[in-house]
Amino acid sequence: MAPSDADVPVVAFVSVRHAYGTRVVLNDLNLSIARGEALALVGRSGTGKSTLLKLINRLLLPEAGTVLVDGRDTRQWDPIELRRRTGYVMQEVGLFPHLTVEDNVTLVPRLEGWADARRHTRALELLALVGLPPAEFAGRWPHELSGGQRQRVGVARALAVDPPVLLMDEPFGALDPMTRVELRDEFQRIRRHLKQTVVLVTHDVVEAFALGDRVGVLDDGRLIACETPDRLAHTTDPRVRQFLDALVPGVRVSTVDRLPSTVTD
Amino acid sequence: MRLLSFWASHSSELAAMVERHLFLVAVSTLVAIAIGLPAGIIAAHRPRVGRPLLAVASIAQTVPSLALLGFLLPIPFIGGIGPRIAVVALILYALLPIVRSTAAGLKSIDRAVIESGVAMGMTKGQLLWLVELPLALPSIVAGIRIATIVGIGTATIAAAIGAGGLGEYIFRGLSMVDSTVILAGAIPAAVLALIADGSLTWLERRLSPGRRGLARTTAIAIGAAAVISVTVLAGGFASARPDAIVIGSKNFTEQVLLGELLAQTLERRGIPVTRRLNLGGTFICDSAIRSGDIDAYVEYTGTAFTAILKQPVLKDPDAILSNLRDAYSRGGLSVLAPLGFNNTFAILVRRSDADALGLRTIGDLRALAGRWRPGFGYEFAERGDGYAGLSSAYGLQFAQPPRVMELNLVYRALATNQVDVIAGDATSGLVKALELAMLADDRGYFPPYHAVPIVRSAVLLRQPEIGDAFAQLTGRISEDDMRAMNAAVDVEHRDVAATVRDFLSRLR
Repeated sequence: MAPSDADVPVVAFVSVRHAYGTRVVLNDLNLSIARGEALALVGRSGTGKSTLLKLINRLLLPEAGTVLVDGRDTRQWDPIELRRRTGYVMQEVGLFPHLTVEDNVTLVPRLEGWADARRHTRALELLALVGLPPAEFAGRWPHELSGGQRQRVGVARALAVDPPVLLMDEPFGALDPMTRVELRDEFQRIRRHLKQTVVLVTHDVVEAFALGDRVGVLDDGRLIACETPDRLAHTTDPRVRQFLDALVPGVRVSTVDRLPSTVTD
Repeated sequence: MRLLSFWASHSSELAAMVERHLFLVAVSTLVAIAIGLPAGIIAAHRPRVGRPLLAVASIAQTVPSLALLGFLLPIPFIGGIGPRIAVVALILYALLPIVRSTAAGLKSIDRAVIESGVAMGMTKGQLLWLVELPLALPSIVAGIRIATIVGIGTATIAAAIGAGGLGEYIFRGLSMVDSTVILAGAIPAAVLALIADGSLTWLERRLSPGRRGLARTTAIAIGAAAVISVTVLAGGFASARPDAIVIGSKNFTEQVLLGELLAQTLERRGIPVTRRLNLGGTFICDSAIRSGDIDAYVEYTGTAFTAILKQPVLKDPDAILSNLRDAYSRGGLSVLAPLGFNNTFAILVRRSDADALGLRTIGDLRALAGRWRPGFGYEFAERGDGYAGLSSAYGLQFAQPPRVMELNLVYRALATNQVDVIAGDATSGLVKALELAMLADDRGYFPPYHAVPIVRSAVLLRQPEIGDAFAQLTGRISEDDMRAMNAAVDVEHRDVAATVRDFLSRLR
């Protein structure tokens, strides 16, 4: 990567507005995500969190304003090229039921024309990375996996061609609390091995604090705060304060720094 | 047991019919897949285009099969008798299940799966081939299964327009009112349907997602389908000889016998023949020979004059014949010399009634008509030289309007007392078998119906030996001969080909 690239934000939103019909979900949104950063966005349901992610890999185009990826307007990107370099993990996982775990994980490499041997090696590497022993799991079918295992495969699949950007839409949202914490810890471990820029959206403030280098708060289609977890935890902005308290029932965010995983244990 | 011996004595014919049946179904199903699969994909991806598409397919499905064949007959290129039109009709029937199940299979795919495919940067084509079609495959195969089974059933109707297949036994059995012959065609058709159902259900299960060896199963299935199709197609196309003389006939026993008679007469001289027997009624045969779909068939002079040429009834056989020759020659057709017998309409009653009431002529019915119920075939009921003319010529006023039914059922209806008087054929083998009596036409109402071969003039010019061969039959078949052959087939269940062979050997 050329050194000058480091100065350009990987993803930037400039005055972005998006609406479904008359329902405005994003309004005058400005946001810049630096290379290698993990940005966690929290917000209530229906506040445009998923929309924001889909604007990055051009599943959607903004109604007004500009979304830049590597300094280039998504309108100018070839959508296929853009999506191949953008890993995408979502709550429903969306594994292909007619493909084995290994074939699911190496589908993008296949589209990219990798040789069989290289794909196989990569599958073993990825499965080991997400904590699924390849010997046991490579040949399994999606319906033979638990929810947590499926999501691990989803993460492995998104990382297959080592994309510079990883988008995660409520990745652990459908899991039971135990599995959820387990996967979150696992993902923190994985993150240490990787240099991806991660954009994660969640309605779970604890998760956002655990995984984000910065945590952004979306409310009413706008970004009302975007800070490191430490600074956000001590914010004095009453709107943000109220928002965080409301989203973490029974726990005052201000009383914790980096929230321990035991909170939801 | 009778069924088994029937199959045993007709085994080569049965094999040919099964092959022809499979040919019709295979061709039509393959074409329907080729059209229906893309149409189903469009229907799923673009509902605005898809809805009218499905509506059209649904409408085609609701048209009764015989009516659909009737609509298609006069259409250029696809119309005309024979397998072509049957294949077109079967394609129309097969389309709906395939289009619908393809569309349904595609629409039922989990949205998250599609979205993750799009998000990982699949092109539309990759998404379709790698994700959508494999996941919709069980549903698509289910549609093909239904189309195939419907096709196997519907293809039996194809015999009505001379496309052949197992329906020939069914129609032959219906015309002989013989359930053995009906079953001889119906049971193999049902067995074919069960085999198709079983094997495609197996395939459907094998193809459901999350089964090992999906690719291999698909490969095996496609391979097997290809082998079967190629075999059946090769057989089907090979059977159509382009240089052969095509002999047609209408769809009742006497006509099938006469068609076979023409065919064997040519074959004895080494002239290759294709049989298109059992085509349907007078008008189907007439349009078939005028369009060149068949080269020859046997017509009756009275029928040709009144029903085809729409001329008023003439009683003089020679006048009819010379008029016919003039009119037909303008259409490029030659009317050859009569074969001998006169198959006029016969007014028939039960022999017991005739004896008890002393009935001898049609005029004797006048006193009874007020209490009697008549029964007629469709043609007699409709034609001007049929029921309407008869009742005015003889002043018959029946108690109720005639019951109209398939000609072959009329004899049974009379024998079982459902009707009291019928119009049948003078040469029917059932007259004797069912103990019926023929009333004399003392007023000479019915015009002569002498059997004459009609041949396309171009064929006679090109191959004069055909005219020579048919000339050998001139005046050689008496009413008794014809009645005996009809009885051999209808009553004794003898094979048509064997009956004709015996007759021809006795002729020399």
